Amino acid sequence: MKIVGISGSNVGTKTRTAMDYVQKELIESSPEVDFKLIDLADYALQFSDGRNYLEYDGDTGYVTKQLMEADAIIIGTPIFQASIPATLKNIFDLLPQNAFRDKVVSMIVTSGSPRHYLIAEQQLKPILAYMKAQIVQTYVFIEEKDFYRKEIVNEDIIFRIQRLVEDTVVLTETYKKLREAKEEEYGF
Amino acid sequence: MKEYRIDQSKGLEFGLYTLGDHLPDPFTNKRISAQQRISEIIELAKLADQAGLDFFSVGESHQDYFATQAHAVVLGAIAQATKKIKIGSSSTILSTSDPVRVYENFSTIDLISDGRTEIIAGRASRIGLFDLLGYDVQDYEALFEEKFDLLLQINKEEIVNWEGEFRASLKNARILPRPKNGSLPIWRAVGGTPASAIKAGYAGVPMMLATLGGAVTHFKYTIDAYREAAVRSHFDPATLPVGTTGFFHVAETTQQALKEVYPYINEGMKLTNGQGFPKQAFAQAVDKRSIINVGSPQEVIEKILYQHEMFGHQRYLAQMDFGGMPFDKLAKNIEFIGNEILPAIRKYTAVK
Repeated sequence: MKIVGISGSNVGTKTRTAMDYVQKELIESSPEVDFKLIDLADYALQFSDGRNYLEYDGDTGYVTKQLMEADAIIIGTPIFQASIPATLKNIFDLLPQNAFRDKVVSMIVTSGSPRHYLIAEQQLKPILAYMKAQIVQTYVFIEEKDFYRKEIVNEDIIFRIQRLVEDTVVLTETYKKLREAKEEEYGF
Repeated sequence: MKEYRIDQSKGLEFGLYTLGDHLPDPFTNKRISAQQRISEIIELAKLADQAGLDFFSVGESHQDYFATQAHAVVLGAIAQATKKIKIGSSSTILSTSDPVRVYENFSTIDLISDGRTEIIAGRASRIGLFDLLGYDVQDYEALFEEKFDLLLQINKEEIVNWEGEFRASLKNARILPRPKNGSLPIWRAVGGTPASAIKAGYAGVPMMLATLGGAVTHFKYTIDAYREAAVRSHFDPATLPVGTTGFFHVAETTQQALKEVYPYINEGMKLTNGQGFPKQAFAQAVDKRSIINVGSPQEVIEKILYQHEMFGHQRYLAQMDFGGMPFDKLAKNIEFIGNEILPAIRKYTAVK
């Protein structure tokens, strides 16, 4: 199973910190998973111009191909101006319309204000649904006060991250099994 | 229809088209050489000609896993190798070509083929060739519309006066040689959305509509939109041919046909398009209302007749060589077409 984590902003530290926890948890709980964390701050991605993702080269080609090869994607995103950052939206724009077909996608949101709690629900989930993702419905919402010097200090958040990672892996295995059983039934 | 060399008293025309893809056979993981692929395409055209098919066409794709970038050259060889079958492009990417050169090439192929040649002009579904050939993809739409207008003008007028944005002006230019019968049938290739079909309708040019999968009724909507646009532009849709293109494969039984073709389509799409073809969607192909013509000969006949009832189209082009399908399977398909499918669809679709 291949899982790609995305740290969806090119500035700030909190989303990356949260994704480091995700990575640690995944390696500990599911060592068989091939996990790769992509921090968008480390890559120079061009804006989408509508071409097929196979036609991008350099960092853009690398990141899009990693995502397309994944069985599951864990998206970490901050909230900027009451929405997802442009860097993350660009990732969606770079990919094909049905890019998340047969993929499980889960979400971790970091935010400066609890008032942003529904933004993932109202803005991120519709994009993922449109792109045919199997969405892990419950996401982890982390506030400013849960962090202290690049560490998560709220134990409840740690538990939530553990459950999110577990749900992502379990749902990926489950959907794969269901799909394979159904495809077997088709008989071709 | 006469202008487009279509005789409806003979029924729905049936042809083959290839994109010229050059992919490994997923069962063996082996890929034939580009030379063998091209010679098999020419051979396929000969078999189609001998079996009495109406049309054979070759497309251009400038990317990995394709072999007929110079599709006009391949068509020149096919023109020489065949006798009766009509031939053409599917499609010629006009946006990144000079319409003058395209016309020179295709009117020459028309002379070699003794008046059997047509152009299907498209905008490209992929944009890598804009970089390769030195065009700006920002001009995607403007390039095609301007060049398509010029191509139509060259087809109508032997002496051309023309000015535009993307090519040097033409002053009393004679575009030679002229095709055998003075002009070529020129179609507009349409994929995806009705918007492009509506443009073809406004221009009053024949439409070749690509269909990948989905319900027949979905494509009927696009064809209706095309004809309505033609009427708004004061063209008579009864004079404008419509063609459809799509996946095709027949075998003794439907299950056998699905089994034989699915891996080629799925793996071929992964390599050329970056995503496979969902098995669930392909499983729906057995339904008569699905546009994918895969099944037993009898079932495919029923599908094509249903499509004809819905579309009232004049030509159907089958894509059966995608994904590295071996040549013996293609030859077997042509046998099914010639012996069973053609007689049936001609009998039921001929306009008396």
